[in-house]
Amino acid sequence: MPTLVSHPDEVKIVSSRFGKGATEIDRYIELGGYEAVRQAIEKGPDWIISEMKASNLRGRGGAGFPTGMKWSFVPKQSEKPKYVLVNGDESEPGTCKDHLIFLHDPHAVIEGAIVAGIAVGAKTGFIYLRGEYRYLLKIMEKAIADAYAKGFLGKGIFGSNFDFEVISQTGAGAYEVGEESALMESLEGKRGVPRIRPPFPAVVGLYGGPTVINNAETIASVSHILRMGGEAYAKIGSARNGGTRLFCISGHAERPGVYELPMGYNLKKMIYEVAGGIRGGRQLKAVVPGGSSTPVLLPNEIDIGMDFDQVGKAGSMLGSGGVVVLDETVCMVEFALRTIQFYQHESCGWCIPCREGTDWLKKTLTRFHAGGGEAKDIDNIRYLAENMLGRTFCPLGDAAAMPTIAFVKKFRQEFEDHLNGKPCPYGRHSGTKATTPELIAVS
Amino acid sequence: MADVTLTVDGKTITAPAGTLLLEACRKVGIEIPAFCYYPGLSLQAACRMCLVRIEKMPKLQTACTTPVAEGMIVSTETDEIKQARKAMLELVLANHPLDCPVCDAGGECELQDMTFKYGAGGSQFVEIKNHREEQQWSPVVFFDRPRCILCYRCVRVCNEGMDVAALGIQQRNVGSVIAPNDITSLDCEQCGMCIDICPVGALTSDTYRYKTRPWEMTHVGTICTHCGDGCKTTLGVRRSDDGMQIVRGDNRDKSGLNGEFLCVKGRYAFDFANSSERLTQPLVRQPNGEFATVSWEDAIKVVAKRFRAARDERGGRSIGVIGSTRITNEEAYLLQKIARSAFGTNNIDHHRTTDYVGIVRALDGQKNRFASIADAGSAPAILILGNDPTEQHPLLAWNVRTNVRHNGARIYLANHRKIKLHRQAKSFIQIPADGYEAFAHFLGGDEASSFGADAIALRDSLRQEQNLLIVFGSELRGTAISALVKFGFSLPDTKFACLGDYVNSRGAADMGLYPDLLPGYQPIHGNSAIRAEYGDGIPRESGLDLAQMFEAAARNELAALYVVGDDPVERLGIAEETLHNTFLVVQDMFMTATAKLADVVLPTANLYEKSGTVTNTFGDLQLVKKAADRAGVRTDLELIVRIADTMGEDVHTLVPFGKGVRADMGQSRGAQSGEADRHGIWLAAHNLEPKLSPFDPNALLDEIQRLVPGYDFDRLDLLGGTSQQVQPAGDGLIGISQLADRPDGILPSGDTLFTSGTLGHYSEKLNEVEVFQTKKSMVAAD
Amino acid sequence: MSLTKISENPKPGSTIFSPELAARFDKLVTLYPVRRSALIPMLLYAQDEIGYVSDAAIAEIAQRLDLTVLDVRNVLSYYSMLRTNPIGKYNVQVCTNISCMVRGGQELFQHCKKRLGIGHKQTTSDGIFSLEEVECIGACSWAPAVQVNYDFHENLTPEAMDALLDEYRSKAGQ
Repeated sequence: MPTLVSHPDEVKIVSSRFGKGATEIDRYIELGGYEAVRQAIEKGPDWIISEMKASNLRGRGGAGFPTGMKWSFVPKQSEKPKYVLVNGDESEPGTCKDHLIFLHDPHAVIEGAIVAGIAVGAKTGFIYLRGEYRYLLKIMEKAIADAYAKGFLGKGIFGSNFDFEVISQTGAGAYEVGEESALMESLEGKRGVPRIRPPFPAVVGLYGGPTVINNAETIASVSHILRMGGEAYAKIGSARNGGTRLFCISGHAERPGVYELPMGYNLKKMIYEVAGGIRGGRQLKAVVPGGSSTPVLLPNEIDIGMDFDQVGKAGSMLGSGGVVVLDETVCMVEFALRTIQFYQHESCGWCIPCREGTDWLKKTLTRFHAGGGEAKDIDNIRYLAENMLGRTFCPLGDAAAMPTIAFVKKFRQEFEDHLNGKPCPYGRHSGTKATTPELIAVS
Repeated sequence: MADVTLTVDGKTITAPAGTLLLEACRKVGIEIPAFCYYPGLSLQAACRMCLVRIEKMPKLQTACTTPVAEGMIVSTETDEIKQARKAMLELVLANHPLDCPVCDAGGECELQDMTFKYGAGGSQFVEIKNHREEQQWSPVVFFDRPRCILCYRCVRVCNEGMDVAALGIQQRNVGSVIAPNDITSLDCEQCGMCIDICPVGALTSDTYRYKTRPWEMTHVGTICTHCGDGCKTTLGVRRSDDGMQIVRGDNRDKSGLNGEFLCVKGRYAFDFANSSERLTQPLVRQPNGEFATVSWEDAIKVVAKRFRAARDERGGRSIGVIGSTRITNEEAYLLQKIARSAFGTNNIDHHRTTDYVGIVRALDGQKNRFASIADAGSAPAILILGNDPTEQHPLLAWNVRTNVRHNGARIYLANHRKIKLHRQAKSFIQIPADGYEAFAHFLGGDEASSFGADAIALRDSLRQEQNLLIVFGSELRGTAISALVKFGFSLPDTKFACLGDYVNSRGAADMGLYPDLLPGYQPIHGNSAIRAEYGDGIPRESGLDLAQMFEAAARNELAALYVVGDDPVERLGIAEETLHNTFLVVQDMFMTATAKLADVVLPTANLYEKSGTVTNTFGDLQLVKKAADRAGVRTDLELIVRIADTMGEDVHTLVPFGKGVRADMGQSRGAQSGEADRHGIWLAAHNLEPKLSPFDPNALLDEIQRLVPGYDFDRLDLLGGTSQQVQPAGDGLIGISQLADRPDGILPSGDTLFTSGTLGHYSEKLNEVEVFQTKKSMVAAD
Repeated sequence: MSLTKISENPKPGSTIFSPELAARFDKLVTLYPVRRSALIPMLLYAQDEIGYVSDAAIAEIAQRLDLTVLDVRNVLSYYSMLRTNPIGKYNVQVCTNISCMVRGGQELFQHCKKRLGIGHKQTTSDGIFSLEEVECIGACSWAPAVQVNYDFHENLTPEAMDALLDEYRSKAGQ
C-alpha cells in the first residue's frame, strides 16, 4: 500500500477522503458523496458549466486547459451519441496521483463523470486506467457495481429521467495512450496512435461522437467544486489557476509523497518545508517540476509559485504535478539518458521525427554516458532535440525534446565532463564504469 | 463547394473550400514534398515532410492535413522550412541502410530524390543502425525492413484500395514494422500494389529484384495481354542474347485507364515472353510424321500452296479460320478479311467468352449506351450481375471499390456466389446459378418469378436510380440481355457493359471473327460498306462456327484449318484423329495441344512484341506498343500478309497502305528498329516504299476507322495514349435483329486471378503464385 | 483465396477459455458501442488466464470480434504488457525510470538479476520467476517500486527485495 503523507499547509479537497474507507459506497455517501450529482441533476447543465468556469479549474493531465471551457465546446445537438472519457492512463514518469484517487476514492471519479455527462448531455462514461493499475480496476469495478445497485448509475439515475452508464477498463502498457486521441483509439480497440486534429474530441471523439475527455484528478475535483461553489474553489488557488492540486514529490526529498496544495504554492517551500528538504542534508542539484517531460529547473529557479502560468514563465511547465527532486549525487547525463530512453520506448512509431529522433538520442546518450562521447555530440544532441520540437505528430516528440534541450543547456559542463573517454564523474557512478540501460528498442 | 482565396509564397491562389493545402498548391505548380501523403488514400501526417508555415499558427503545419481557408497566408520554401525538411531527412536516414547502389529503387526512389533536393551531404549519425534480415513474403513480394520509412502507403493501399488488408503494422517506436497477414507470409491477391506504391525499396518484387537498374531499361507503356480490362502496363525491357527481354511490369507513372492500378497478371505474368519453350523456327511436318525446322520462305510457301489448293480444288467452304482473343484489332481484322476475300470462306470464328452480339443487338440504334471502364469509377450507381470482378476483372473491381470509397457509389449485386465485392455492395442478393435470365425478367417487372423480398427491395432501389451502370458477365446471354436492356431503358439514363475474358475478346468480336458477322456486327448477308470494299466475291451465307469446323473436319469436309493464336484442341478436348485429313496451320508462341497436331507451325510474336490496337471488354480502344522482341518470331500481321502475298493475292488491296492515308511515323516501331529493317528488305525487294508498309498496322487502322461501325475515334488522341471508346451499333446495324436465334457458342474461360487460359500455363511466376495461394486456401479450409 | 482466414480456425461456439471467461467475453462484447472495443480487455483477460496470449487465444478473440488475426496482432504487439510467449509464474517488474532510478531502482534491478540468475525478459529454469526492467509504473513517491504480476511493492531495498522474492518462492511451492 502506498504510504499517505500529510502536512499542515495542505488543503485536502481531492484527497479529503484518502484513507477513510471511501471505497465503500455508504462511507463515501457519509463523507458527502453523491451530493453534487443530485444538485447537478436539479440545476442542470448551464449551472454546472458556469460553476466549472468560475472555478478556474484547469486540466490536471498536464496541458492545463480550462475544464469549464472544454465542456462548453461540446455541441448541444449531436446526431451521434456523446461520451465522457476519464483519462486514468497516468503514465508520465514522476506522477502517481491518480493511483491514489483510484485506490482511495473511486466514487469521486464516478460522480465527476456523471456530472460531466449531465453537463454535456452524454449518456455513457468510460473510465480508462493504465494497464499497470490493474489491481485498481477491481476497486473501480466494485464501486461501479455498488453505484448501479443504488440506482446512481443506469436508467433514471437518482430517480431522475437521466440515464448514465459507466464502463471501466485498463490499458495494456503504453504511455502514448495518455494522449487524448490515442486514448480514444485504444478504447476503440486499436493501436494507441493519436489522431489527426482537427477535428477535436469535443466535436468528433470517441466512436465519432462529441467527447469530453478529462484527467482523473480533474474529474475527481468536479463534485467538490459543485459542493463548495466554483468561486470558493477558485479562491483557493492563484490567478487563473483555481483550487488545489495533487503534487507528487519524488526523488531525493526527505519525505516524498503526494501532497495536496493550493495552486501557486511555492516550489522551494514545497521541497524544503512540505517534503522536508533534501534527503540526508545533501545539496539540491535540480528539480523536474511537472513530470519527466518538463524542462529541468536549477536550484536558483525554484522560488516560483506552482501554477501553469508561473512555471511557464520560468521556462518550464507545471505538467502532471510530478515534482522530481534531484540531489548532488545525480549524474545529469545519465538522468537525460534515462528520460530519453523512456520516450524512445514509448514512442508510438507513427511519425519520423519522434520515432527516429528518440532512438538516435538514446543511442547517442548511451554511448556518451558510457564514455564514448565526442565534443560535437553535445551540440548534436541539442540539434536533434530542437529539430523534433514542434514538428512531431503529437506532443510526445515535444515531451522528449524539451527536457533534453534543457539538460544540455543547463548542464553542459556535466556533458563536457564525460568527454574523452572519461568514466562518469558523478554520483553513484563516480570513478566507475557506467552501466548502460538494458531496455532494447527492437524486441 | 465555394472557392476560397489564399496566398502561397506570395502568389494568390484559389481552390474549392475543403481542398487540402498540399493539393491546392500542387494544382498551381507549387510542389510540397511528402512521403506518406498519397492522393485517394487516408491521411497519415506521419512523414512530416510537408510542413509549411501558416501565418498566425505557432508551429509549422502539415500541408497534407490542412484544408485551405480564406485569407490564409502560407510559405512553403523558406529557410526555416528547408531546414526542417533537411533535419527530417537526416532523421529518416538515421536507420536507413543507404544501400542505394544495390537497391531496386535506386534511381527511382523518392527518398533519394528528396535527399537530393533538401538533404545534407553529410550526416551527424555515427551510431549503429538497426538491422533486420530481408524477408520473402510470397513468390512475388520481398520486404526489406531497414529500407522502410514507415509511410504506411502499402498498408493503406492494401486496406483501402484493394480491400484485402493483408498488411499491418506491428510493434511500436523504432521497432515498428510492416507485417504480413500470415505471420511470415502474405495471403492475398498478390497484386503488387504495395511494391509500386512504396516510395523506397522496402518492398520489392521477385521478378525484378536485383536484376538490373532502372536506367538500363527502356520503358514501354503498352496493354496487358491478359484479361479483358486492358490495363496499361509499363514494361521495362533490356537487350538480351536473342532480342529484347522484359524485366518488369508496373504502372508507376499511373497513366492509362487503370491509373495507379495493376494486378498480379499485368505486373508479373509477362514472363511467358521470356520462356525457353518459345518456338523460334517454323516447323513443317515431314512425310515421316516428324516436324522439321525450315526457313520462313519455305514454310510460307508450303502454307500458301496448300491453302490455294484447298480453295481452288475444294472451294472456300473447305477452309476454316480460327482467330485469337489476344491478337490486335488490325490482325483480327486482316484475318477475317483474308478469310473472306482471299480464301473465299465465312468459316471464321474465335473463342467467344461472352455475348457481345447479344448486347449489340439489344442496343441497336442507341447512342452512348456502352460504358467505358472509367465509368465504373464514377457512376453513382452500378448493378453488377454475374461474374466475379475481383477474380476476372481486377481493374473493374478496383474502380468499383474506389468509386464507393471516394464517391459513395451505390453498388447492387446479384450473383450465385458471395463474391468479394459484396463488401462494397449496398445490396447483395444471391440468386441460383441458372436464375440470371429469370432475374433479368424480374427486374423488368416479371412478377411471376420467385424472387424474395430482398430482390424486390433491390429492384425498388434500382428503380430510383437516375444514372445506372449495368455490368454483366457471361451468365447473361441472348434474351436475358434483351430483358436486362429493356429494364435499363425504363430508367432515365443507363449504360451497359458486357464482360468478356481476354485482352482483345471484344476486339475479336468487333473485328468480325464470326461466321455470320462482318466487322462491326454487320450481318454477312447484308449490303454493308465492307462488302462494297471487299468486292462481292465474299460469300453471303454464314460460315461454320468453331465447333462446326471441327465437326466438318471429322467428316473430312475441312481441307484446311488456319489457327491464329488459339488452342481449341486443348480447350474443347478435340481428338487427334479429328484433324487427320485437314491441313492444319498454327501460328503460336508455344507448342500447344493444337500446334502438336499441326502440319505447319509458325512461331509468332505476342502482344508485347507488336504494335497495333486492342479494344477492352468495355469498348475502350487503346494503342499497343512494341516493347520486347524475340529473334526468330514474326507478328501474326506479317504472316497473314505474307501468306496472302505468296498465294498470289494483291497486297495493295488486302492492306490499303497504298491508299496512303498516313505513313508510319515510327509510332509502331516500339523499342527497336530491327523489325523495320527486316521489313525494309522485303519491301525493297517488292519495289515498295518502305515507309508505306503493308506490315504497318496503321494502314489497317485507317481501314478499320473508315469501315467498322463504332470505330469512329480521334486518331491523334489514340496515338497520344488516351483510350478511345467505341460504340458499335450506335447508328443501327442492318439486319442484326434477325440474329436472335443463333447459337451463341460461348465458353467462358473460368479463369481466376491466377490463371490466364493457355497462355497462363507458360507464365512460371503466375503458376508459382497460384500454387502458393492454393496451399494457403487449403490450410485455411482444414 | 482465404483473405479473412483465421489461422487455427476455431469452430464457432467452441472456446479455449474457461467457461467463466468465455461468459465474461460474451458479455464484454455487448458493453461497448462497437465490439472491437473489447479487444484490449479480452487480450488482458486471456493473458491472465493462459499466462500469455497464445495463437489459439488470438484466433478465438479475432473470431469473437470479427477481426482478422493480423488486426489482433497489430494491436497486441503495440502494448508492452501483452506477450505472446509464456513466462514465469511471477513476473518481477523493476521500475528504473527517473524517480526510482535516483532512489536505487537500477541497483535493485541488478540485485534481482544476480539473485535470480536471469536477465531482462528472462525466466528462471524452475519457471517461478521472470524478470523485467520496466518503465514508470506510477509509484514515484514511494520509490523504488516493483510490480510482481499486478501487485505493487514500494520503498524497496535489496534486503526487502530478497524477503519479497522468498515470500513469492514459498507461495509458488504451495
